[in-house]
Parts: sequence; C-alpha cells; structure tokens
Amino acid sequence: MSDASMATPQRRHRPMMAELNILLVLVGICLTFEILGWITQGQSFLGNWQRLSIMILQVSVVGIIAIGVTQVIISGGIDLSSGSIVGATAMISMSLAQAAGYERAVYPDLTGLPVIIPVAVGLLFGLICGMINGALIAYTKIPPFIATLGMMVTARGFAKWYTKGQPISFPSDGFAAIGRGMMPVFIFLAVSLIFHIALRYTRYGKFTYAIGANPQAARVSGINVERQLVRIYAIAGLLSALAGIVVAARGLTAQAGMGTMYELDAIAMAVIGGVSLTGGRGSILGTMIGMVIFGVIISGFTFLRLDAYYQEMIKGVIIVAAVVADVYRQKKRKKV
Amino acid sequence: MLDRTNAWQGEYILEVDNITKEFPGVKALDGVQLRIRPGTVHALMGENGAGKSTLMKIIAGVYTPDGGEVRFAGQPLNVRTPLDALNSGIAMIHQELNLMNWMTVAENIWIRREPLNRLGLVDHGRMRQMTADLLGRLNIRLDPDQQVSELTVAQKQMVEIAKAVSYNSDVLIMDEPTSAITEAEVEHLFQIIRDLKSRGIGIVYITHKMNELFEIADEFTVFRDGKYVGTHASADVTRDDIIRMMVGREITDMFPKVDCPIGDTVLEVRNLTLPGVFDDVSFHVRAGEILGIAGLVGSKRSNVAEAIFGVHPAPIGDILIDGRHVRITCPSDAMAHGMAFLTEDRKETGCFLILDCLENIQSALITRNHVKNGFIDRKTITAKAEEMARKLRVKTPSLHETVENLSGGNQQKLLIARWLLTEPRILILDEPTRGIDVGAKSEIHRLITNLAAQGVAVIMISSEMPEVLGMSDRIMVMHEGHVSGFLDRAEADQVKIMSLAAK
Repeated sequence: MSDASMATPQRRHRPMMAELNILLVLVGICLTFEILGWITQGQSFLGNWQRLSIMILQVSVVGIIAIGVTQVIISGGIDLSSGSIVGATAMISMSLAQAAGYERAVYPDLTGLPVIIPVAVGLLFGLICGMINGALIAYTKIPPFIATLGMMVTARGFAKWYTKGQPISFPSDGFAAIGRGMMPVFIFLAVSLIFHIALRYTRYGKFTYAIGANPQAARVSGINVERQLVRIYAIAGLLSALAGIVVAARGLTAQAGMGTMYELDAIAMAVIGGVSLTGGRGSILGTMIGMVIFGVIISGFTFLRLDAYYQEMIKGVIIVAAVVADVYRQKKRKKV
Repeated sequence: MLDRTNAWQGEYILEVDNITKEFPGVKALDGVQLRIRPGTVHALMGENGAGKSTLMKIIAGVYTPDGGEVRFAGQPLNVRTPLDALNSGIAMIHQELNLMNWMTVAENIWIRREPLNRLGLVDHGRMRQMTADLLGRLNIRLDPDQQVSELTVAQKQMVEIAKAVSYNSDVLIMDEPTSAITEAEVEHLFQIIRDLKSRGIGIVYITHKMNELFEIADEFTVFRDGKYVGTHASADVTRDDIIRMMVGREITDMFPKVDCPIGDTVLEVRNLTLPGVFDDVSFHVRAGEILGIAGLVGSKRSNVAEAIFGVHPAPIGDILIDGRHVRITCPSDAMAHGMAFLTEDRKETGCFLILDCLENIQSALITRNHVKNGFIDRKTITAKAEEMARKLRVKTPSLHETVENLSGGNQQKLLIARWLLTEPRILILDEPTRGIDVGAKSEIHRLITNLAAQGVAVIMISSEMPEVLGMSDRIMVMHEGHVSGFLDRAEADQVKIMSLAAK
C-alpha cells in the first residue's frame, strides 16, 4: 500500500497561536498604559527600567509557583495548597538557616549550617506535601480541589504551630543571598526553562497533557495514570517550597502567614496565560506571559496612582475575563 | 509479544474459556468462550447488552474477570492493566473514541512509546517521520502534526486504527470500528484488515452490521444475554441463521397488552434532522396507540426522543401536535404541549437520588402549577403525589424515604408518577423497564397499556425485543440515525426487526 502523492509532511505547525494571542494581549495592555501614562502622568510607562525590573521581581516568586500549578492544571487538576506550602517551607528553612551564634535561634545548636541544608530540607518538605496531594488524588479518587484544600489548611496550621506564631529571623549570609538582587528572577527563569523542556520534550510532559486531555485514553494507552499524578503534584509541591525559600531569603525573615493567597495568584497567571482549567491545554511559555501580564497590570495601576482597592477588584475581573475568553476560544474551535 | 518469524504453531492465538463477569445487579458474562485463529477475522455478534464489549475489555485489561481463563498462544494470560495487554501483544480499538484532543496525531499514536534522542528527549522529527510512514503504509492521508481536536469523527477513527496497528500486536480487537465512518472509509478499513490478516494477526471484530460480517469475517461467535451461543464459519450460514442465534429466545406471554381504540394523530414528526446525528426522521403516533421504536446501539433513537422533547432540539424538520406546527426549543415547551419524557438513564437524568420520593414526584409538576405567590401549595401537591404513588403501587417505607434506597423498579415507578401528574397526552418512554426485575416490569407494562387505553399517545423506545413486540401497536425500526422501516403488530417478529435494525 503506497501512494506517490503521500509525501512526508515537513510542515511543522505546532500551535503557537495560543501563545501568540496572549502575547498580543500583553502588548496591547502595555501600550494602553504607555498612552495613559503620557496623558495622565506625563511620562513613559515602559521607558523606566527600574519600574520594569521591580515589576518582574514582584511576580517572580509567584511565577515559580505558577510553573508547578500550570502542570497540575494541564493534567486536569488544581492545587490550592501552594501558598500554605510557601509559608510552612519558609518557616522550616529559616529555622535551619539562622546565622552562626545567634542566641535566640529556633535551634540554638543548629545555627550557621551550610546553605544546602535549609534548602534541601525545605525542598524535601514541599516534595512530600505534594506527594501526599498527588497520592490522595490518584489513589483515593477524591477531587483535587478537596485534597489540596486539606493540605492548604494543614500546612498553614503547621506553619503557625512551628514557632507558635513567632517570626524567625537572622539568616546566614549565604541563605540571604538566595533572595538578593535579581536572584529570584534568575531562579524563576531557570525553573521555567527546565519545565518548558520537560513539558514539551519528555514523556513526563506528554503524559501530563494526555491525562488532562483524556484520562481514559491515557489509561488504555498504557500510562500509569496514578503514578504520573503523584509526580505532577510532587513537582508542584517542590516548586512551592522553592518559592517559600526565596521569599524567606529575600525578606530576611519567615512568618507563618507568608504566601497567603499566592495559590490564587499562581492559578490566575496560568489561566491568563491560556492554560485551560478543563485540562489538556496550556504551556509554560503561556504562563510566563500570563505572569508578565499580571505584573504589568499591578505595576501599571500603581503607576497610574490607582487606589490599591481598585487594583484588587480589577484583578478579579481580569481572571474571570481570561476564563471566559478560554471558553469562547474552545467553542469557536469546536465549530470548525 | 510473539516472534512472528518463528510463528507459533498452535491452532488458536487467543482462547477464552468460561469467563464470568458480574456488575452490581447484572451478570454481564456467564461462562463465555471464544477462540481466535491467527490470520483470521473473527466477528463477535450479539444484541445490545450481550456482553461483547465487556469481554473485549477484559481481554484488553480494562476490566478484571470474576472467573475463567484467557490463554494467549497457549499460555495462560494474566492481564491486570491495559499496559499488560499491550505488552502481551493485544491491542484494542475501543468503541468510544479514546484519543487525546489538543495533542497532535503523532503524539496520540506514539504516546508512551515516543522516540527519544540521545539526551532522552522526545525526538519530534523522528516521531513525525514514523507517523508519516505508518499513515503512508495504511494509506491514511493525515498530517502527523495536526491536532486531533481539529479532525472529523471519521478521521479520528482512522487515527485510532493507525494507533492500534502501530502496536504490532498479535491480536487486534476492534469494537465497532465502523460506527463513525462512511462507506468509503469502511472499504479502506477492510483493506487494512486484509493486510493485517495476511501478516498473521488475529482480529476480533465486533459489529452490528451484517453486511460487514459477510464481507470481512472468516468466523463468528454469537453471544446472547451474556452467554455463549455458538461459533460457525461465516461461509456456512445465512444472515437469518445468525439473527436467529442472536435473538433466539421465546416470547413469553407476559405482556398484558389489550387492544384499545385508536384515535386521531396526536403527534407527527416530519423530516426531523439533527445533522451528524439523525436524518430525515418522520413518523406519527395516534391517541391510544403505542409506537415502539426498536434499533441497536448507535441507531440514535434516544436522540430523536430528546429532540422532540426539546432537550437537544433538531434544527431541521417539523413537529406537529394535533395537526398544528409547534416550536419546541426546550423541555418546558414540550411539557406545555402535553408531552412527558421518561429518560433512558434513571440515575443520570431521571431521579434526584438524594432527595426523597415526594420531592422526586413533584419536581415536574411544580415547574408548572401549584405555585402561589412564589410559594408551593404543599398540601394539594403532596396529596396528589401520595395518591399517584399509591395508584402506581410504589413500594417504599414512606414517601419521605431517599430515592437512592429504592429498588430500580420503584425508582422507575416514581418517575412515571412524576410524569403522570402532569397529565400528559404524549408520553415518551426511553427504555422504561431497563434493569428492573420481572415483577415490576409487568406492572409497568400494565400501566403503559392502561395509559394508552385512556387515550394517551405512547412512544416507547426499547432494546428488549420481547417488550417491543409485546407492547407495541406499531414498530418503527431505526438504523444509524435513519428510519429503516415500520412494522405492524400483526406482521412484526424478531427476525424482521433485527433485519431492519442490522442492515
């Protein structure tokens, strides 16, 4: 069975369309602020390097979480525990990262440890939290919303219990370096690159999309769906922990309330970036653009001296609008 | 997987013995057997619910059997997951499309088996080439990089076929592979099947279409009600023999159908069409008449009912009530015209399982009547519900019992009670006695007959041949979204219905 007209297709049209659309939205928003800036403030919005770097720095920590959340949502789930894992990890890592000889340390015998120890313990903690999330979802079949809601409450409780609500301060210089300057942005970029490759070029990525697109099909194709879910949530937990370490290092202090609501901001970034809440669609690139849009909007409103209360309200509207746009896109495609 | 250069010499590649599988309340398979020779196509035949798909899912590792044995190339096969089955050399094309939308054709075909480069990353270039080669070999014209969500149903089916072939398995199971494709594509599929046959692959082929059976199958096995009936070479039998094997049960005299006077046409449907689902459906039903609708899975009978009742309205065609055109865009329009619709799936679209009997009975009524100033007139409505429940002999400790705790038959009676309270003139029943015991069944049959006697026009969709034959004044048979014929009560029999239903 051969056919002469059956030429090997060389055309490669992996759909970058979605990302391109979101990028256009970003450009549109930037231009709007630029114009409004000249009209109301008499100055440029984009032409201010300092403003832009602060903006990126502000969203990078949540961006790290969003990279993990993106994968969870692509698999058809949701993770509400990220913010609480940030808080708990911040506490644990900081307690092991206190400067040598600090008398009122949480563990007076464990001050001045090499940086690798607080970092490793913190990451391990997040990994385990994520694995618990994943195992609950995969093996007990409870909805991801409930499993991660439970983890959200539990991890926050743990963070408060850890020092009975007392903040932890005075990290070693090495630990503080993790959050210094543009370091959080570099960490975010590294994480993004790793998972961009993982999602697009590894079986881990293909399985993640497959489960989100059609779990039954994934199963009959021979994928161990349960094990893959545990992996995905474990990675989300790990990245939340990483964000927790960065937050603590940058703030030079850890508090039990750190990371509150980060999970929602991370979900919002992913959704704005075109990650579909029904699973199966989205990309790291999209989430990165979503993150920048998120940052630009906050920074832009501040720039326009818009009241912080309005900012929150408008943020809410934008999140809903992003999902409406997604539903609309999906409908339009079905008609084709 | 077998080494085919060193072909295995036994007579059968796949042997199934004495397989039993029970689902809550149903014995889906009762000691069935099946023998597949390498290099042949073996058709598995049977009515809806005969257990064909269940057995295939057991062989493919989707379900685990309760008892029995599967042997592959003479060796006992213990398959626990789909992966085990694939690794042993058994691939399956599932009846429901099992593709990942939003992923490309290539990604769908090679999922879990993606070619990797030296860094362990997926080599998209090679994957595309492999896909192009596979599709080229099968003569399927599709772009490996196209997203599956953009394909037509028929194209998706071809991707499924290509994917199943790509496993290079020794046994390939095809569960209704032609249900979604057109004639030309069926011929294409048969070419592929002949090619696979010549390479020594054993193919299990499930179909409802008799013509296909004789064109492609070497042997066939018939199941009926979860039991093995027999295996024959397809050259040795006629179409009627097979139909007789498939239906082959006696019609017992359990239907209390009484002839009642038939009045004027109440509902008429003209050229009703829902593109891609059903086409040009026309029929009428008169007062006091029971119109049975027979057909196999995929005949779209329920879709027609849903269209008439406004659940998924059909854009083309006319619905006339008492000879006047009506527009029905949603169920409440249909109810306003005196229609009632007992849906096929009691649990999914019928009962509010966690509410009590009373609330279940009342739900259709309170959408229309007995509401004063926004408050429900509880007294009247409760009295009516109680009376109706008593009339239909719903067995429950009290009407405040949660519906979940009732038997299937009583749940069904509650739903009928719900609709009777709306005093319908047209009653559409979709599988009114599915999955309920014999006693409750005959009570429901008596009820339907009584309603007809009172002048209600009844449309009854049923997959149970005896029920259709026993209850209907006229029978409309559907086949893949088309009306394939009408039979009068006097002339109808199982073989005639089956020949219309399984073209």
